[in-house]
Amino acid sequence: MNAELIPAVLFYLFAGVLVLSAMMVVASRNPVHSVLFLILAFFNAAGLFLLLGAEFAAFILVIVYVGAVAVLFLFVVMMLDIDFEQLRKGAWKSLPVGILVGLVLVSQMVMTAVNWQSLPTAGSSILSPAARHAAATNTQAVGAILYTDYVYPFQIAGLILLVAMIGAIVLTLRDRGGVLRQNINSQITRKASDVVEVRKVQKGAGIS
Amino acid sequence: MMPITIHHFLAVAAILFTIGVFGIFLNRKNIIVILMSIELILLSVNINFVAFGAQLGDLTGQVFTLFVLTVAAAEAAIGLAILVVYFRNRNTIAVDDINMMKG
Repeated sequence: MNAELIPAVLFYLFAGVLVLSAMMVVASRNPVHSVLFLILAFFNAAGLFLLLGAEFAAFILVIVYVGAVAVLFLFVVMMLDIDFEQLRKGAWKSLPVGILVGLVLVSQMVMTAVNWQSLPTAGSSILSPAARHAAATNTQAVGAILYTDYVYPFQIAGLILLVAMIGAIVLTLRDRGGVLRQNINSQITRKASDVVEVRKVQKGAGIS
Repeated sequence: MMPITIHHFLAVAAILFTIGVFGIFLNRKNIIVILMSIELILLSVNINFVAFGAQLGDLTGQVFTLFVLTVAAAEAAIGLAILVVYFRNRNTIAVDDINMMKG
């Protein structure tokens, strides 16, 4: 009884907070609050992943999304001086269309999700059975297939991140004139003979 | 109480996906919230991947979750970089104004 009750309670807790915070993300007036609710949503999604036994994916979700993506959003929202009230104007005009599309989508997908049945032959199409790594932890099992069966997609994912990094730097780099910078080469190649001059000064004449 | 099955997780993912799509409609002018809605949509896809993987005893779902996560992070980085450049040039982020390339 207890063994069944605890996952159920945790599921409804995580799922409820996840859905509520996702609603607050799209409905909040202040984008800073949106980002903070997005972080809460990611934490609860990580909880759902833990319930499903995907520990590695759960922690990667927290590290990558909360640690990197959400902080990136927070930086952009707080650094740019944006008039959000003006952007908000007329937002409720598109509400009926949005609600209509949302209702159609959610009814279709929930109907599919509830009535869905697994094909009897689905068991034979499993690519990397978890049972093969029954003794290993989740992280070990994922690593064992990520670096062998999926090594090319893994490399391509790395390339995508490289392209994103270089692209973001190239896009946001700007050369501002009038900024004083240190030129290390000219500093260390400087010689005393280039900059110091010894002069004989006549008494009472001064230096011109 | 009903035991938690894959259907519960699929329903949560479906609701999350719908909230993401709804957010794009609701915040049509605010491109930052549109990007956040896209993150929510990708998160719901991830939940589906992991749920089906757990149901079928297949680790491939978790591996592809990592790839989706990678693409989502790259997309957020590039999208926000474009947004910063756009704000620097036009002093606004209203999506309605992005029609300079229209012939």
